[in-house]
Amino acid sequence: MTTRTLQFKIYRYDPDQDQKPYMQDIEIEVDATDRKLLDVMVKLKAKDDSIAFRRSCREGVCGSDALNINGRNGLACLTDINSFPEGKPIMLRPLPGLPVIRDLIVDMTQFFKQYHSIKPYLINNDPPPERERLQSPEDREELNGLYECILCACCSTSCPSFWWNPDKFVGPAGLLAAYRFIADTRDQATNERLDNLEDPYRLFRCHTIMNCVDVCPKGLNPTKAIGKIKDMMVKRAI
Amino acid sequence: MVNRKIVGAHYGLKDWLAQRITGVMMAIYAVLMAVALVSGAGSSHESWKEFMSCGLVRFASFLFIVSLCWHAWVGVRDIWMDYIQPAGIKLVMHVLTLSALIGYAGWATQIIWRL
Amino acid sequence: MSVNVTVRKFDAVIVGAGGAGLRAAIQLSEAGLKTAVLTKVFPTRSHTVAAQGGVAASLGNSEEDHWHWHMYDTVKGSDWLGDQDAIEFMCRKANECVIELEHYGMPFDRTDNGRIYQRPFGGHMSNFGEKPVRRSCAAADRTGHAMLHAMYQRNIKVNTQFFIEWMALDLIRDAEGEVLGVIAMEMETGEIHAFHSKATILATGGSGRIYYSSTNAFINTGDGVGMAARAGIPLEDMEFWQFHPTGVAGAGVLITEGVRGEGGILRNAQGERFMERYAPNAKDLASRDVVSRAMVTEINEGRGCGPNKDYVLLDITHLPPETIMKRLPGIHEIAVQFAGVDALKDPIPVVPTCHYQMGGIPTNFKGQVVVPGRRTMNEEVPGLYAAGECACASVHGANRLGTNSLLDLLVFGKSAGETAVDELKKSPKPHKELPAGAFDKTLARLDRLNTQKNGTSVHETRLTMQRTMQKHAGVFRFNDLMKEGVQKILEVQKDVQQTEIKDKSKVFNTARIEALELDNLIEVAVATMVSAEARKESRGAHVRDDAPDTPEHPNGRDDTNWLKHSLWFKEGNRLEYKSVTLRPLTVDTIALKTRAY
Repeated sequence: MTTRTLQFKIYRYDPDQDQKPYMQDIEIEVDATDRKLLDVMVKLKAKDDSIAFRRSCREGVCGSDALNINGRNGLACLTDINSFPEGKPIMLRPLPGLPVIRDLIVDMTQFFKQYHSIKPYLINNDPPPERERLQSPEDREELNGLYECILCACCSTSCPSFWWNPDKFVGPAGLLAAYRFIADTRDQATNERLDNLEDPYRLFRCHTIMNCVDVCPKGLNPTKAIGKIKDMMVKRAI
Repeated sequence: MVNRKIVGAHYGLKDWLAQRITGVMMAIYAVLMAVALVSGAGSSHESWKEFMSCGLVRFASFLFIVSLCWHAWVGVRDIWMDYIQPAGIKLVMHVLTLSALIGYAGWATQIIWRL
Repeated sequence: MSVNVTVRKFDAVIVGAGGAGLRAAIQLSEAGLKTAVLTKVFPTRSHTVAAQGGVAASLGNSEEDHWHWHMYDTVKGSDWLGDQDAIEFMCRKANECVIELEHYGMPFDRTDNGRIYQRPFGGHMSNFGEKPVRRSCAAADRTGHAMLHAMYQRNIKVNTQFFIEWMALDLIRDAEGEVLGVIAMEMETGEIHAFHSKATILATGGSGRIYYSSTNAFINTGDGVGMAARAGIPLEDMEFWQFHPTGVAGAGVLITEGVRGEGGILRNAQGERFMERYAPNAKDLASRDVVSRAMVTEINEGRGCGPNKDYVLLDITHLPPETIMKRLPGIHEIAVQFAGVDALKDPIPVVPTCHYQMGGIPTNFKGQVVVPGRRTMNEEVPGLYAAGECACASVHGANRLGTNSLLDLLVFGKSAGETAVDELKKSPKPHKELPAGAFDKTLARLDRLNTQKNGTSVHETRLTMQRTMQKHAGVFRFNDLMKEGVQKILEVQKDVQQTEIKDKSKVFNTARIEALELDNLIEVAVATMVSAEARKESRGAHVRDDAPDTPEHPNGRDDTNWLKHSLWFKEGNRLEYKSVTLRPLTVDTIALKTRAY
């Protein structure tokens, strides 16, 4: 089997041992069975068990292994190792803009706090009917491109507005979720949801930079959803 | 006072909308100016002065200046909101920006009216 | 390592925040009980998220359906090893649980009249096995994702208290056998805490990572199963592992049965639709064990595809592209990502891949863990409940029907939660005193790991275990290979007791976590190997060479001697057996019959 060597530069920081973060140089042999970056990272961990990163489903649906790969946010399990430029070490860093717990593991508390702040659950105060609430296929289609979010945080941590105000700006992932419920015909809290976002920080920090759209591993478009929220606010105001 | 992150100022939409509207106004004004230049209004100082003194153009110029300052106010304030975290300094920068922009607007209007 | 164990008190502790754990948590939080949900990963990272095809419920939105028909299919799918009381309970509760989910906000696909969309699935038939019926309620091919998120969202609404990135290590059980909570590690700090509770619900999911080739996530390491085994609770029917027919060849990533439900066809190297020979009636939608065995037979007889003739093809190129992009968008994505194939134009290479653990911690249909006792074979363990893939109710018996896993976690997650609430409300009592030395064994295990010198590598040992299981307890099983497998896996077990980690940090030490996970995996692997070797018949997913299809024993099934559940005990590595509950709750027994599709 043909093998080749990949060079890595990996961000390392263990607050228990290290004074400050550093970049570790490490290389590894890969063969034809290694397709994705995560496969190779598992091999790297077999070589040096102290490299810490999160991973779970390895098929791009759980959102655990979001990293900054060669300067760009993405999921390790969906990143093809053949996509790396030859002869240059592959740079692996934790997601930018969130505190590092250790190595490639970031503290996502702030990210989830913002997600929770938009009340990410269906609000419908009518007594639940005996059967399902009806929804036409067309109305259901409105949720496509919204409900598929895996909360990996690639988008929010690539957003400069989120870097500056992670505590006040909801961020693309949270706003996408907010619109998911606004767009749901079964939800009755549209007004409250719009009220909750009408704020110079929470929604209007979005300056349509569109990094979120660029990096989303699921091909979703938070900017478009944010635009739709703004449209609804305008409609409501005039 | 407890140190708590507070949001919910409820003025985001108005400013965002104002920035879009003033942007459109400025674009229209720019087109107007371009047309005027192409059609020879700027061929001599006299013709340019005559064009700029016309009531309608004065009105448009005034709108443009107000739009520009308003637009700049939201934009610059957004920058302070991003990069300056302490509330006191932020307020000072807001006041300074606002003072400068109001000053500029008055000054510019004066220049046009003097025409 | 000097260890301080902080003791925290809760009414109830749930271990695991996948489908079953989240469903149970809703029940407990709504009842206002002080509940802690411990989870190794953020809830929406749990493996329920990867379920694709749907959840079974006889809603009858597209054509007539009935829970009794669903029950028949489930019993038949289980090759009559499922307990019929639990199966009736599950099938009757299905509609209620699915509707509840819809009310929580789950974005199901819809029919033209606005009802939940249902698609055909393997083994789903109407009128007691007559013809295929649309029973699988789906949200595109992301049903698990939509479901898990909807349940997490509901938990936010009811204010459930989560302990995220906490790994449970062991159950606390006193001399009378009562379970008094769990010992857990906060992954970020390495601190050890005891969660002292009156009810403990295990919802830790499956252990598919005991196999080399698995559709399961890295986190599916059978933690609850291992904890139960160490606490002296037997494991039921561990020989039965479902190999999903369509894992992407080489990558192991799951391709839902829904693909065949929507009209996909399996083909061999000659382009033949070979399932017509193995299951003339249900064809590609036969039960999973049947399809997997047919595929392996095709490959073994030289009709596999590719340079090494080691896979078959799943063909959907004849389906309208709109259908694929609307109903199976995730599959299209997976095929591109992991098979390098555009499924609209080319077939997808697939092989049977380890997918689901039918066995687990023995429970009754109320979610209570039951063990052999002085009076009966099913005596409740006070304070302990289990639900979802880690539990064995047993509704799946020897082979699970597609979409019954999501149903299982809904119904039994809810039922375990309800039972716990009832028990706690029925007899309000203070926390029972923790026994002396309750943490000793766990702390000794951690200490051993921290101080081990010249030990074995976690990575290598795990790999050896996975390869052993793959070879010795795969789709087809052979007497001599299984005998050898038992010896080999016991060797691996010794290595597991000597694992050494280089990383000694306290902060988010993933090396330590993987070593602790291996402690759980090996319990499952040994239980599987030993139970499989001992079961001298073929049934459902367990098919051995020395129990072939004969007129006397059709499909190699031997009801006279083997219509019984295996119970594996860690202590003494021994087996006991208990009878299958053939009597349902209200209807007549579904009588034993030869299983054919």
